[in-house]
Amino acid sequence: MPPLDAKSQDTVSAIVARLKDLPGALLPVLHAVQEALGYVPADAVPVIAEGLNLSRAEVHGVISFYHYFRDSPPGQHTIHMCRAEACQSMNQRALESYAKQKLGVEFHGTTANGAFTFEPVYCLGNCACSPAIMIDGELYGRVTPDRFDAILAQWEKRS
Amino acid sequence: MTTTVYVPNDAAALSLGAEEVAQVIAEEARVRQMDVTIVRNGTRGMVWLEPLVEVTLSNGRVGYGPVTAGDVRSLFDADFLKGGAHPLRVGPVDSIPYFAKQERLTFARVGVTDPISLDDYLAHEGYQGLMRAVSMTSADIIKEVTESGLRGRGGAAFPTGIKWKTVADAPADQKYVTCNADEGDSGTFADRMLMEGDPFCLIEGMTIAAVAVGATQGYIYLRVEYPHAHRALNAAIAAAYAQGYLGENIRGTGKRFDLEVRLGAGAYICGEETSMLESLEGKRGEIRPRPPLPAIKGLFGQPTIVNNVMSLASVPIILQKGSAFYRDYGTGKSRGTLTIQLGGNIKRGGLIERAFGVTLREILYDYGGGSASGRPIRAVQVGGPLGAYLPESQFDTPLDYEAFTNIQALLGHGGIVAFDDTVDMAQMARYAMEFCAIESCGKCTPCRIGSTRGVEVMDRVISGQNRDGNLALVEELCDTMLNGSLCGLGGLTPYPVQSAMRHFREDFEKPA
Repeated sequence: MPPLDAKSQDTVSAIVARLKDLPGALLPVLHAVQEALGYVPADAVPVIAEGLNLSRAEVHGVISFYHYFRDSPPGQHTIHMCRAEACQSMNQRALESYAKQKLGVEFHGTTANGAFTFEPVYCLGNCACSPAIMIDGELYGRVTPDRFDAILAQWEKRS
Repeated sequence: MTTTVYVPNDAAALSLGAEEVAQVIAEEARVRQMDVTIVRNGTRGMVWLEPLVEVTLSNGRVGYGPVTAGDVRSLFDADFLKGGAHPLRVGPVDSIPYFAKQERLTFARVGVTDPISLDDYLAHEGYQGLMRAVSMTSADIIKEVTESGLRGRGGAAFPTGIKWKTVADAPADQKYVTCNADEGDSGTFADRMLMEGDPFCLIEGMTIAAVAVGATQGYIYLRVEYPHAHRALNAAIAAAYAQGYLGENIRGTGKRFDLEVRLGAGAYICGEETSMLESLEGKRGEIRPRPPLPAIKGLFGQPTIVNNVMSLASVPIILQKGSAFYRDYGTGKSRGTLTIQLGGNIKRGGLIERAFGVTLREILYDYGGGSASGRPIRAVQVGGPLGAYLPESQFDTPLDYEAFTNIQALLGHGGIVAFDDTVDMAQMARYAMEFCAIESCGKCTPCRIGSTRGVEVMDRVISGQNRDGNLALVEELCDTMLNGSLCGLGGLTPYPVQSAMRHFREDFEKPA
């Protein structure tokens, strides 16, 4: 991983300065950093630790505990596919195999062209129209392989 | 004169194209020079009809659904703004049996009002509960909640009033009200629908709780998977501040309550209350041993109410209409209403609010209409990923806490997931262990190691290696997890595993 550029360094410092006085500030800080940069870079950890008066180990421990925080840059868009029971009852397992083959990646992977990162998620709260996926915060229900292709095509046009 | 048209902004409706439908209606109305006001409501909970477009007529609201963007032109051609006939017309929405046969107390406004309009909330009896509460003593508010029979809707079913009394009686300069909106159970979406469809109801419930126990700061711990609910809550909180329903002097009463939404980060365990508190403090979501109870020593070591969204959202109507009104619904020790969420392989999925006591069969067939695939429903899982799998022979069980305990199952948060006869229950048992392994916080050994060993042993069972020996090992492992885990994740994972083995043994014995 290359070192963090000056602009990103400034972004992290500004976020820490803005949020550090919140009670229990670490999660809000990590969310803000990930929203701004797409991930929480290793170089951001010492800045966050110093600003919040925590050890680097504590910050690292929190980042690694939560599935949502990532320490490497994602693709242009992130696809979250629900793997939970309601979706499984509606052929999610077959959809998962199809998506992996179509994207050419396993879970947590990023497509070769950098367009999509593929992540599992455990329930999107859309259980009455399973199976469900979410792309960059937009939810889709009753996803079949055909619909998956159509949705992906829309997102490819956007990027 | 303008015609009001409702197009849901609920995430489930959006996931089926509601946004495009709203846009095309606006565009078509412009082209045809018709005066239409589009209101983005929550969902009525009849998800199989989404996107459900409603038109306001002089005698009520008439519905069309499920509407796609491609249907919009034909709706205009059929004069739907005057209630015209169309193949998608479902008639007066209030009279659709699925909806008409419900007892909507907590969800009275959801799908009806504009969720982020405080004026609309006030016009539909909003904040009447709080206004009554501020005229009462702390003890009287708590008495009202206790006597309503309300029990924690998150799954543990602990009496809400008793929890509040513990916090009220704990001496401290700072107390907190926290809302557990980390709705991670598969098959559940009531919290999401309420937060998106009537966020003021949750805010009002939390404000009443704060007034009752003397807390001045509140947090809603919301899962990051719910961006739509996040936006709705933030908009509603801003509106409540702007009109003095939150802040340092609530509606001139001298009471203070500040409220903030905090986002989780994709950890199922943070729905466990002590883990949620750790997360709110900015730490890893590892669970805390109890005692001390969060009510005595909770967030930042202070007395803290931790209640589920449904519990808190039930409070306004209890304060508005009195404990007796609420207690009159339900059966035995399960009082009031249960918000049932019906999903999975089901023809008519959605949210059904009914008094406790309705049977599973009625929900699955009268409301749900059987499976989506048209095949027989073979199993249902009630209460999320830690809930038991039930076979057809148990479908007459009434939905109440005690009845479910009696069949070694749990009602949990009221989520019901249906599976047809293509389901492989050995795979589902394996998945329960896998889920536990992925989501374990790692604090205790039975959960952390037991779940991983559970996946391995289930793999051996499925591939036919020494079946009897390995099935006995699964049972032993379940016993250890059940009795040795610190919290419900490790402690309840055996429920789906053992119920699958008990009721669907043939799936564990078929040739590999």
